[in-house]
Amino acid sequence: MASIEMRNIVKQYGDGFPAVNDVTLDIADGEFMILVGPSGCGKSTLLRMIVGLEDITSGDMVIAGKRVNDLAPRDRNLSMVFQNYALYPHMTVFENIAFPLRLAKTPDEEVKRRVAEAADVLELREHLERKPANLSGGQRQRVAMGRAIVRHAEAFLFDEPLSNLDAKLRGQMRTEISRLQRRLGITTVYVTHDQTEAMTLGDRVCVLRKGTIQQVASPRELYEQPVNLFVAGFIGSPPMNFLPATLEGDRLQTPFGAVELDERRAAAVRGRDLLLVGIRPEYFEDASLVDEAKRPLGSVFRAQVDVTEWLGDSQYAYIPYEAPEAITNQLRELSRELDSEELRTQAIVSIDATSRIREGREAEFWLDSRKVHVFDPQSGENLTRDAEAGARLTQMATEDRVEQVQEAQGHRAGAA
Amino acid sequence: MSTRKKVMWWIGGAVIVVYALFPIAWIVSISLKAPSDIANGQFAPTNVSWENYSTILTGSASDLFLPALRNSFGICLIATAISCLLAMFAAYAIARLDFRGKRLILSTALAVAIFPVISIVTPLFNVWRQIGLYDTWPGLILPYLSLTLPISIWTMSAFFREIPWEMEQAAQVDGATTWQAFRKVIVPLAAPGVFTTAIIAFFIAWNDFVYGIVLTSTDAARPVPAALGLFSGASQFEDPTGAIAAAAVIVTIPVVVLVLLFQRRIVAGLTNGAVKG
Repeated sequence: MASIEMRNIVKQYGDGFPAVNDVTLDIADGEFMILVGPSGCGKSTLLRMIVGLEDITSGDMVIAGKRVNDLAPRDRNLSMVFQNYALYPHMTVFENIAFPLRLAKTPDEEVKRRVAEAADVLELREHLERKPANLSGGQRQRVAMGRAIVRHAEAFLFDEPLSNLDAKLRGQMRTEISRLQRRLGITTVYVTHDQTEAMTLGDRVCVLRKGTIQQVASPRELYEQPVNLFVAGFIGSPPMNFLPATLEGDRLQTPFGAVELDERRAAAVRGRDLLLVGIRPEYFEDASLVDEAKRPLGSVFRAQVDVTEWLGDSQYAYIPYEAPEAITNQLRELSRELDSEELRTQAIVSIDATSRIREGREAEFWLDSRKVHVFDPQSGENLTRDAEAGARLTQMATEDRVEQVQEAQGHRAGAA
Repeated sequence: MSTRKKVMWWIGGAVIVVYALFPIAWIVSISLKAPSDIANGQFAPTNVSWENYSTILTGSASDLFLPALRNSFGICLIATAISCLLAMFAAYAIARLDFRGKRLILSTALAVAIFPVISIVTPLFNVWRQIGLYDTWPGLILPYLSLTLPISIWTMSAFFREIPWEMEQAAQVDGATTWQAFRKVIVPLAAPGVFTTAIIAFFIAWNDFVYGIVLTSTDAARPVPAALGLFSGASQFEDPTGAIAAAAVIVTIPVVVLVLLFQRRIVAGLTNGAVKG
């Protein structure tokens, strides 16, 4: 178990393209760190630099207090789960899991014991004599994890381990990984482009864009206090809505009516004319279903509904709106960068599943203005971010983690 | 498939099989005819006679044939082994490493492979005589390597390219050195490719005639195809047709056995190499 520190890590390819640019990141001992971002953001490259499969152009990679830049992968004592699992097809499951131990010339007795232990944790007992080709996707995934946990590595590295599984299995394996990490209390770095995995697994999440870090924070802080348009748009599904707005006094004029800003936020945005308001889908509601007590905290507007999607437990409505061309282009570029193709400017609004709002009709919506964020359209910076509140959220997550790890270790000590 | 179509397929297949196997059947038939029976004007021997086989295995031609058979086996096996080993390392480097002159190596290998044997055999004859390799096993193994190495390198690099990079990286992360990763992960995975290559290389060496006849003079190194050309009849008025046919049948046997043993692997290997080169 060890901490991983990266200082000003740069990865430049032969053509001068910086895949990773000046990344500084500290991962604490026992922490579950997620590297997330759209394809091509450098997250996998960063992971491969940690494990040593990719050379570091400049900067320092420090694992357990030791600079490892020039060490071969085998000397770093890390274990990794690959996206395609990279199981050895000519070996049985037992030999696959035992492979790292065999290389370390572990005595046969201990190999048997430790493989059996790992197999028990992952429920692979009855498959030990089979070949990987005869296993299902989920079983292969577990074998790959078995190979990672069988030796006492300093840290686990996961490279999109669940992307080859179907949705149901992915959910199961996700909780499995989370449980395993807590139980072993081992430092983990996990690369994914799936934000559900990022939000549910990570103690902290590092959002990358074109090789640079945008924000490192707990999932809650990322969601509630994003630093910029990119993070705000990337985290959350359906994504945050960005509406063009102009400032009139302390009120923002948006296509959906005026939004009242409180003192702090009004002060932060004062003196600018064109702004972008970020509103999450769940800050909206069908006005007829809003509690009387809550109603004054937001504003009410009427709009034409384009499409509604009823999902049983929730319901989404799509509301098109007009935006200045400059803003439209910028939003389109942002959506392209986030790996989605948004063709029209429309707001996605989450309403109660019981709401009777129908497609094509005009309806009345309520907008909770307490949590909206205001962004600078040029720089993308979040003008209304409350850094203190954010830091508090991450601090809470850290405390939770320490407590959970202690508890897990207490359990283990108790069991032993 | 309709019945009509099926019948057509069967007929087509039968035609091809007959076309391909008829010469072999003929050779077998001739090998079973007594010398006086060869011109009997019919396909099958009048009486099945094992005379030709006893001639080459125990009789007058055995002095020529048996040492040649030993030479052929020894020389071809050694040439195949060396060529596979060298080609394995070369192909691995070509498939995995980025280095200057990679293309040059591949195209040189191809150039060597298409160079006509007959145009180098005369200078080689002179050189070999000067340096004492003439009529020795190494004197044949070396030219055989020039025949088998290029194709071995090409086939094996196609195989190595198909093995996912991650396999090796996973092994390295698991604590293997480059050599261990190569030996414990890459080589076992490439085994079908190595088999295929070995068999192809063996055939090429086994079938050679020109080097065999030019670079040898005694049974110290003369391989079977060359020896067949030196068979003589019982008198100067008789052709050794029967004996040659019997020897040809015997020489064919190891090839057939090899192909049958590794049939599956060869097919998989050839298509592998062909589709993703």
